[in-house]
Amino acid sequence: MPIKLCEQAFNPWKEIEAYQTQTAELAGKHGATAVFVGTMRDFNQGDGVRSMFLEHYPGMTEKQLQHIVEQAERQWSLLDTLVLHRIGAVNPDDTLVLVAAWAVHRGDAFDACRFIMEALKSRAPFWKKETLVSGQARWVENNSKGYQSK
Amino acid sequence: MSIKVRYFASLKETVGRSEDELESIAPLSVRDIWRQLNPDLAMPETLLAAINMDYVSLDANVDEGDELAFFPPVTGG
Repeated sequence: MPIKLCEQAFNPWKEIEAYQTQTAELAGKHGATAVFVGTMRDFNQGDGVRSMFLEHYPGMTEKQLQHIVEQAERQWSLLDTLVLHRIGAVNPDDTLVLVAAWAVHRGDAFDACRFIMEALKSRAPFWKKETLVSGQARWVENNSKGYQSK
Repeated sequence: MSIKVRYFASLKETVGRSEDELESIAPLSVRDIWRQLNPDLAMPETLLAAINMDYVSLDANVDEGDELAFFPPVTGG
């Protein structure tokens, strides 16, 4: 259940491939892998966004993410999980977060991946400060509910 | 007693400090500490608090040696 905070850009698909390849316990055992990748947009709340800074609370971030993953492991039958999150300066198209869950069956993998991601959004102490195309800087005050209205 | 108080994100800018060190002989709640350190600043409605990196209510008691943190709603992911 690795949890990593990354100051540099990372490729989520290469991270998954590398982790799965190096984790012998998964070979031949997992029937399902659910993956969530969150990516930085170049717009938010009607404004163009040039860049962003991700502040976090060192120590508490890791502790809360650990709690969340352990909670998921108690609730679902999981073989393994992987959580990566960017910190510091990020740019549009950069991956912000990767959550992967490996299980024997899809239900556990899907549900645990969703749970970890939603819990991260509400409990992990990260804060986004956007620099808009106009040059104005602003803190993101709340996370969205995760749906765009139709 | 000595309590380390930390502020994060927009709250750090509002308060104008990232840390405080509080010496007190009286038992204090999280709410008491906010009022004592920020007497001219209303407590934000959405304020979150953690003691030793675990979330707590604003009525929780803070003990000597604790690290108390105040911050706004989290926005990661």
